[in-house]
Amino acid sequence: MTTDTLQELTRRPYAAGFVSQVEAETFPPGLDEDVIRALSAKKEEPSFLLDWRLKAFRHWQTMREPTWQAVTYHPIDYQAIRYYSAPRFKPKKDSLDEVDPEILRTYEKLGIPLEEQKRLQNVAVDAVFDSVSVATTFKDKLAKAGVIFCSFSEAVREHPELVRKYLGTVVPHSDNFFAALNSAVFSDGSFVYVPKGVRCPMELSTYFRINAAETGQFERTLIVADEGAYVSYLEGCTAPQRDTNQLHAAVVELVALPGATIKYSTVQNWYPGDAEGKGGIYNFVTKRGIAHEKAKISWTQVETGSAITWKYPSVILKGDDSVGEFYSVALTNNLQQADTGTKMVHIGKNTRSTIVSKGISAGRGQNTYRGLVKVLKSAQDARNYTQCDSLLLGDKCGAHTVPYIEVKNATAQVEHEASTSKIGEDQLFYCRQRGISQEDAVSMIVNGFCRQVFKELPMEFAVEAQKLLGVSLEGSVG
Amino acid sequence: MALLSVRNLHARVGDKDILKGIDLEVAPGEVHAIMGPNGSGKSTLASVLAGRDAYEVTQGEVLLDGKSLLGMAPEARATEGVFLAFQYPVEIPGVGNLHFLRTALNAQRRVRGLEELDAMDFLQLAKEKSKLVQLDQAFMNRSVNEGFSGGEKKRNEIFQMAVLEPRLGILDETDSGLDIDALRTVAGGVNALRSPSRAMVLITHYQRLLDYIVPDKVHVMAAGRIVRSGGRELALELEEKGYGWLGLKDGPGGKGGEARR
Repeated sequence: MTTDTLQELTRRPYAAGFVSQVEAETFPPGLDEDVIRALSAKKEEPSFLLDWRLKAFRHWQTMREPTWQAVTYHPIDYQAIRYYSAPRFKPKKDSLDEVDPEILRTYEKLGIPLEEQKRLQNVAVDAVFDSVSVATTFKDKLAKAGVIFCSFSEAVREHPELVRKYLGTVVPHSDNFFAALNSAVFSDGSFVYVPKGVRCPMELSTYFRINAAETGQFERTLIVADEGAYVSYLEGCTAPQRDTNQLHAAVVELVALPGATIKYSTVQNWYPGDAEGKGGIYNFVTKRGIAHEKAKISWTQVETGSAITWKYPSVILKGDDSVGEFYSVALTNNLQQADTGTKMVHIGKNTRSTIVSKGISAGRGQNTYRGLVKVLKSAQDARNYTQCDSLLLGDKCGAHTVPYIEVKNATAQVEHEASTSKIGEDQLFYCRQRGISQEDAVSMIVNGFCRQVFKELPMEFAVEAQKLLGVSLEGSVG
Repeated sequence: MALLSVRNLHARVGDKDILKGIDLEVAPGEVHAIMGPNGSGKSTLASVLAGRDAYEVTQGEVLLDGKSLLGMAPEARATEGVFLAFQYPVEIPGVGNLHFLRTALNAQRRVRGLEELDAMDFLQLAKEKSKLVQLDQAFMNRSVNEGFSGGEKKRNEIFQMAVLEPRLGILDETDSGLDIDALRTVAGGVNALRSPSRAMVLITHYQRLLDYIVPDKVHVMAAGRIVRSGGRELALELEEKGYGWLGLKDGPGGKGGEARR
């Protein structure tokens, strides 16, 4: 029964799969320099940014899609994608009254009411709808603390010097195939700057929504925490249910200056495709942070959506005594494939990193942890602890662990632990014998498995993540 | 009327017949011991009564207070009042022991139409019941059975039984792997849970347990059948003469081996 039951439990409809009827301005499919110029002109960008985009585009044309990851997918036709789609209204965010009510309804349906009074207390939201940011809440309160939190486009207009100073410093325009593409065509995203010594007074959050068909979403997020600053940032994402695959190629850059702390949490629930693997988001994302002296960057991710997940949130531990953390839960169900992990690059002395990865595979899902721990010669007394656990639900799924460890300094201590377990019939029967239903038992066992990671999430998100995991697994037991 | 009636029960795993016609009647308030050499089908009987899917029932019936259990899901049987203390309690990493038990109790209460217990009321109940088997607080908040010693696992099973208050408790080799002190503690907990409305079935290889929990009846199983039933004295006789006395291999004090089919 276990296998059937598990399959039953993972078969539950995708709740965020609806499409909103919004009049949009959309570019025709295709990509060349003219498209990039048009995009840049549309956004009234300064010339440095257009030049940067073109540089990235030219470099991208010389690159090939990576093939080392353990995922298979239909070739992506980059000329069939639309590189810009925006709701037809002036995306001015001084007041929510100017936002299309249909868009506000969309976010409300997703459980993210944008009207501030209804908003979770103490969380400011930037809502990105297709290619543009449609609303940012709590701006005034943040401004009082000196915190800049706005859409990327707005940052380009209002704070070009900051954008120019930090853009591409962590993920250069030539970094990798998908990052180069993003650099050429990114349309919006979020920007955060927390000044020296400021503890950001609330959680910041971006909610990404893909709505338009055949459109790629290429957002770019840049977070800069100045010396001694602290910021906690949350990111959530959904997309409508469609038969065709859609590409999401984002870049996130984090800059933690000396003594700063950035905590970045993601709950990713892009449409995963149907039970036969039709449709779903291709999620090719580059996320990286640079930690200066005594700075700390912590990534926490709960990845339950997307047909394909390809992401390795990483930390460059540049400064002495800097700290990097990566806590991850990745769930693949049906025909989902995830190849995810992290890179911790130890450069400074006494740098420390912790990696806790929990992979859950159900249905015919394939889950790969791929991680690199690199200790350079300069990184005296660096320490890393890595723990990779895989949980299998059923017998048609797979879990793979691919750790790379490169140590150039003999004083380093690197630990790696890995385990693979199956939700056993024994565990299920034990729960059921005590009166707990099969579905609740699976959800309880899986949540227990993920507890180490969930406790790293901000409270509201932890609850959300647990629910999401329950939904994503529903129908996986039979 | 008997609380538990097992009639002509046959069960198999794959194409291997394990239970070949079990008859057993246990009245409320009674404690029955089922003894027998390894491989005689004792633990299979426990699993079949609790509804484990690995076993296929091919004939017979099982009634709890006149209601047929066969065909009910394990969780439905639990809600009817069937509790199985496992021979090998299962570890569930990351799930707190008390959280697990409260979820179970409330799941049962919900189905029975009772109000769920909130965290405070439950904690009070758990504290009170934990005294029965001398479980300390620290250990109740650890993950279910994770890192527990053999004795702690068995005490935890009896603690769960005390909280869930079943009508029928089936204890599958609860004595195995216990030293004499732990055995006394566990037996003390079980004895405290004896009540005129509750029946218990103790499955054991050794008579030792029965020095502490005195049964009303003793049954001896071999090759999927009950081959002898009697009172307390039957266990003592077995202890003295060994299973060989009944024409069976393997003595109750012996190391155990496969019974001849």
